[in-house]
Amino acid sequence: MAAQIFSAITVIIVGVGGCVAYFWGANKLVDIIFPSRGVAGAAAIDNLRRQGMIRPWLFVGPAMIILTIYLIYPVVETLRLSFLDRGGANFVGFANYEWALGDREFRTSILNNIIWLAVVPAACTFLGLIIAVLTDKIWWGTIAKSLIFLPLAISFVGASVIWKFIYEYRGAGQTQIGLLNAIIQYFGGQPQVWISLPFWNNFFLMIILIWIQTGFAMVILSSALRGIPEETLEAAVIDGANPFQIFWKIMVPQIWGTIAVVWTTITILVLKVFDIVLTMTNGQWNSQVLANLMFDWMFRGGGDFGRGATIAIIIMIAVIPIMVWNIRQANKETGGH
Amino acid sequence: MAVATGKSFASRFGVHIAVFIFVAIWTIPTLGILVSSLRDKDQIIASGWWNSFASSTQTEAGRLPPASAQVEKDGKFVLEGNIFGEDAARDISAFGVKSAAPTQYPAGTTADLGDGETLQLNADGSFVMTSTKPFEGMRGQRVYYASSAPPKFTTDNYNTVLFSEGIGRSFINSLTVTIPATVIPILIAAFAAYALAWMRFPGRALLIAVIIGLLVVPLQMSLIPLLKLYNGVGSFFGVPSKTYLGIWLAHTGFGLPFAIYLLRSYIAGLPREIMESARIDGASDFEIFVKIVLPLSFPVLASFAIFQFLWVWNDLLVAMVFLGTEGDQIVLTAKLNALLGSRGGDWEILTTSAFITIVVPLIVFFSLQRYFVRGLLAGSVKGG
Repeated sequence: MAAQIFSAITVIIVGVGGCVAYFWGANKLVDIIFPSRGVAGAAAIDNLRRQGMIRPWLFVGPAMIILTIYLIYPVVETLRLSFLDRGGANFVGFANYEWALGDREFRTSILNNIIWLAVVPAACTFLGLIIAVLTDKIWWGTIAKSLIFLPLAISFVGASVIWKFIYEYRGAGQTQIGLLNAIIQYFGGQPQVWISLPFWNNFFLMIILIWIQTGFAMVILSSALRGIPEETLEAAVIDGANPFQIFWKIMVPQIWGTIAVVWTTITILVLKVFDIVLTMTNGQWNSQVLANLMFDWMFRGGGDFGRGATIAIIIMIAVIPIMVWNIRQANKETGGH
Repeated sequence: MAVATGKSFASRFGVHIAVFIFVAIWTIPTLGILVSSLRDKDQIIASGWWNSFASSTQTEAGRLPPASAQVEKDGKFVLEGNIFGEDAARDISAFGVKSAAPTQYPAGTTADLGDGETLQLNADGSFVMTSTKPFEGMRGQRVYYASSAPPKFTTDNYNTVLFSEGIGRSFINSLTVTIPATVIPILIAAFAAYALAWMRFPGRALLIAVIIGLLVVPLQMSLIPLLKLYNGVGSFFGVPSKTYLGIWLAHTGFGLPFAIYLLRSYIAGLPREIMESARIDGASDFEIFVKIVLPLSFPVLASFAIFQFLWVWNDLLVAMVFLGTEGDQIVLTAKLNALLGSRGGDWEILTTSAFITIVVPLIVFFSLQRYFVRGLLAGSVKGG
């Protein structure tokens, strides 16, 4: 264990040292090869121009190499693998996609993912917005926000354990140690095995993600609400608008852009949701989702890379519209710069 | 936001109540595992954690001593003693001799068991059993009793989990993965971000677009090709394919788009005059970056470091694929997932392990919340 700690520290030093050495050394090298000082005027200008051409690439180079290996190449490779068989040796055309369309588990996953997409971003944004508005009105709002924000720091696995404990089931009539069943039993209801309850179990898993992500929506929306010009609200009050009208007709339209950002960010997260399903049910009782199904196929029976890649591509296809929208937005913002 | 939408006392009161309910829903789940992790493991299954400050009642079974311990007194055969032995006495409220009716007789009363036998079990566990005939048999009478134990809090669970369940080891592993994977991307991203913000070169706009596109590429796209690549590299050089170096680089790669995006938008917002006056003074890009941009960017570097730390520490998927789920490299999240499978009902183990995995993020979060929120706002409001 001491060796492990030692090697981790060594890596930090070597890694950071290596980075510094690369950037400093490469920069120095350019100065030596194309000197701009101590040479005749025309040559100096020439060399300065050459330096200006090379230096940016030295700066972005390491990042580009890592991005290429870890993200760009895999995207292309995954697309290629989705047309190959399980071992990646033979071309099978669209066979993997045809398999997916016919597979019961895959269709369950798609359906569940759609429900997740319909529920979680909406619930997080709505709850986040309400909490942001309410906490702005009270003196202990900052503390309240901090506490609601807190689950964002908790891992999905940790959150799953926390909620599994809440959903814990004991037979009817016994002492319930799960909070939810204890409440149900206290009011005279029947305790349930929540995570295997057909169809509804999906919602009990979604609650976990909503619990985590509402804090995110709240913080972003709260800051957007602060940016609303006071005059518009004052004018509405003078005109006799009631609180609900002020909320829906004055506040919400002015932060529409931020709501869209929050919504899309959580949408992407939902498409990738994996840990919660793996730890709570591992896809049993019809709670499978695409990301977990993909992980399953990566290792099931020695691994079927063709089918795994196909499922990854389908997740990717769902993300592409958001990607295009993001790039367009960014281009609009940086257009002049 | 100074507009008083709630004018009356009632509606202001309503806001307080509503926020209080939200806060309760958002904190009680975490509180549940914290309290449970500190409870005695027998009490966790006997009563809900919200009752942990009250005595818990549980029905248990015990056995009286065998016939060999009997003494003859006044023509009767008597067995005497304490059902808890030398242990600290607990409070017995009722007892019985049939499993169907374990609490048939209140404590302290003398139960007539028929056949000339009587049994008295007192609240402190002492018992007197008498019979008109000698007791026979090797095994003593089975007795059921409901006892209430006073609330008992202990750190035993933490000892068990850290030192015999392997969570301590996993904690070190998680730190080993997280710290280099947080530090390495910062400098690489900072240089790239500076070049993309302040240097002019062909292809810059395209690079920025590519990075914004990569921001949302699902991790799932990278898993299979990288797994194949790692296996290939491993077998080519005859080294293991699941190594810390592999996962450090993987996390660096996955963290870079966000790092570059976040840092670029901050660095691009630094005042142009500072850069230009430095350039006029003859500073090169490298000097400007090291002496001006890096120090000024400290807040955003801190924001990113917190994000990356939390993301790597909390990650399960990358760790499971690139580091494996067995052996001595297993990280906390993967270990917790494994415990969910192998120790499914042992809530003292699960709650304690879960609390250990979330305590580091919570500390980081509370101590550096300011930077975290700032990064969150910068990272998502501007388009991501």
